[in-house]
Amino acid sequence: MPPIAAALVESEEPGSLVLAATGEWLVETAADLDRRLRGIEAPKDRRVTLDLAGIDRLDTAGAWLLLRTEHDLTARGNTVEMRNLRASFEPLIDQVRTAGFVPPARHPRPAHHTIAGFIARIGEISLGLVTRAYSILGFFGLVSATALRLVRHPRRLSMTAMVAQMEQTGVNALPIVGLLTFLIGVVIAYQGADYLRFYGLESYTVQLTGASILRELGVLLTAIILAGRSGSAFTAQIGTMRVNEEIDAMRTIGLDPVEVLVLPRLFGLLLTLPMLTLCANFMGVFGGGLMAWGELGIGIPEFLTHLSTIAPWSFWIGMIKSPFFAVIIALIGCYEGFQVAGSAESVGRLTTLSVVEAIFLVIVTDAGFSIFFSSLQI
Amino acid sequence: MPNQPGEPIIRVRGLVNRFGTETVHDGLDLDVFRGEVLGVVGASGSGKSVLLRSIIGLNRPVAGSVDVFGRNTLAMSDTDQREIEKHWGVLFQDGALFSSLTVAENIEVPLKEYYDMPLRLMDEIAAFKIGIVGLPEGTGEKYPSQLSGGMRKRSGLARALALDPDIVFLDEPTAGLDPIAAADFDILIRDLKGSLDLTVFMVTHDLDTLFSICDRVAVLVDRKIRSGTLEQMLQDDHPWIRSYFHGPRGRAALLSEPEHLAKDGIQVAAPV
Repeated sequence: MPPIAAALVESEEPGSLVLAATGEWLVETAADLDRRLRGIEAPKDRRVTLDLAGIDRLDTAGAWLLLRTEHDLTARGNTVEMRNLRASFEPLIDQVRTAGFVPPARHPRPAHHTIAGFIARIGEISLGLVTRAYSILGFFGLVSATALRLVRHPRRLSMTAMVAQMEQTGVNALPIVGLLTFLIGVVIAYQGADYLRFYGLESYTVQLTGASILRELGVLLTAIILAGRSGSAFTAQIGTMRVNEEIDAMRTIGLDPVEVLVLPRLFGLLLTLPMLTLCANFMGVFGGGLMAWGELGIGIPEFLTHLSTIAPWSFWIGMIKSPFFAVIIALIGCYEGFQVAGSAESVGRLTTLSVVEAIFLVIVTDAGFSIFFSSLQI
Repeated sequence: MPNQPGEPIIRVRGLVNRFGTETVHDGLDLDVFRGEVLGVVGASGSGKSVLLRSIIGLNRPVAGSVDVFGRNTLAMSDTDQREIEKHWGVLFQDGALFSSLTVAENIEVPLKEYYDMPLRLMDEIAAFKIGIVGLPEGTGEKYPSQLSGGMRKRSGLARALALDPDIVFLDEPTAGLDPIAAADFDILIRDLKGSLDLTVFMVTHDLDTLFSICDRVAVLVDRKIRSGTLEQMLQDDHPWIRSYFHGPRGRAALLSEPEHLAKDGIQVAAPV
């Protein structure tokens, strides 16, 4: 391909400054020509002639540069004349001329780049948190009311949808939940044995692992995995349905979206999360036991003796917490899904938000439970 | 880009596209000539969009050749492909504007990608492109989600025209627009084609668009293309083509544009 070139030659004629444009005035050469044209200095009241005879090819970018130069020079008080424009370029020039001299669009600048904007943004976020909490509470109320209504007409709950949800959130999550808690059990036993050996108490490794898995880690890890795995899926599923106007379609048919979409997910998770927690507890303790056997030579009978010294409450505390976490994850996941509006872009944003919020609330609730149970001295 | 007059600007030969066991195109041939508006029609699912995607390189055909500007796009280095992409613009069905950017920024994306331009010049170019496609002042600052369907299409067209391409590909440009907006869009395409010396490849369902602005029509039937001027296609005796042009909607569109057919001595049958 031949190189593309354009030039601008200044010369003097009696009574006029002549700018001769030659070559190819295309978008390729526009950046260069733009610099040349902005650099033109014509004394005020001087006649300027744009001689366009030498232009071989012209596109809208080139035409814009010519018209802008004419416009700018006229605004500065010069008389401008265009001459020798090829007839074949006239429609193009006219097209750009009729598009007019629109002021360029401003680029949006994030407001928080100024100090006042920064402070305003903090206020905005704080207010947003309050309204969001209020709104989530409202959603919780709506879901509870719908669930209560369902108690009177239990057949309205779609069992098929609920079982499908349980498969997705429960059965399919089993491998990852089991593997991760098993590994955590191994790690705690391994690290714990190291420290306990220092005090000569290494036989307590089983108690350490068992109590921490049963009371805290089993349920917490399961909840965090499900928040990332299922909470995000709830938001994305419901959000996509909102973008496709499926939710609106449901309403027009007389279906209640909360009943059809939220309740099967909520009840499904309410059943699967405790079951998964049970598996997680088992796998964690199993991992710890395996470690104790390999590292410390604690056999099965001895292991069971140690395990039976852990207060049964440790196990029950873990199990009691699991349905609460299930409600948090399902509610936040569905709530954020319903918040999707307009574009598909918001689905991604809200899915992230839903996972972060769910994990945050799960851990805060867990801390609350810790305080509560320790005040009961169990 | 230099091109001999009379030579097709796009030349498709023996194109075969297959998805699984389903053959969409089977030895399809098509020529698009410089400066014409070609309308591609066909039943839903006949592979119009696949044809478009094969030409612009978004879909790799099973067999066949696609020449654009006389060069085979299927056996081309990435650098050459980029060079060719500068010379065509594509308007996707719903505009396909980048949702995180304003309309003006959308138009500046190709400029930024290919040329080292001062920001101020890019802003100016974006502003007059918005004017050229007939969008009101101030549209440049808006985000795609704030626009109506028709405005999104116009914005998409402005982005497709950002680099002053030789060819524009339009995928159902008037679908989903009200009849007045659709007619306006037709006029816009015709005007731009005249002043910017464009070649237009247009996939469409809109009979009014076909009758009012297309120079030639390519019909996708039986996994191949039958193309010709509108007059030739009206006399084609393929059953699908007959029912397409001579069905109730075809006749209505024909009746509204009788003057440019009358000169060719074609009788328009009044609807029964």
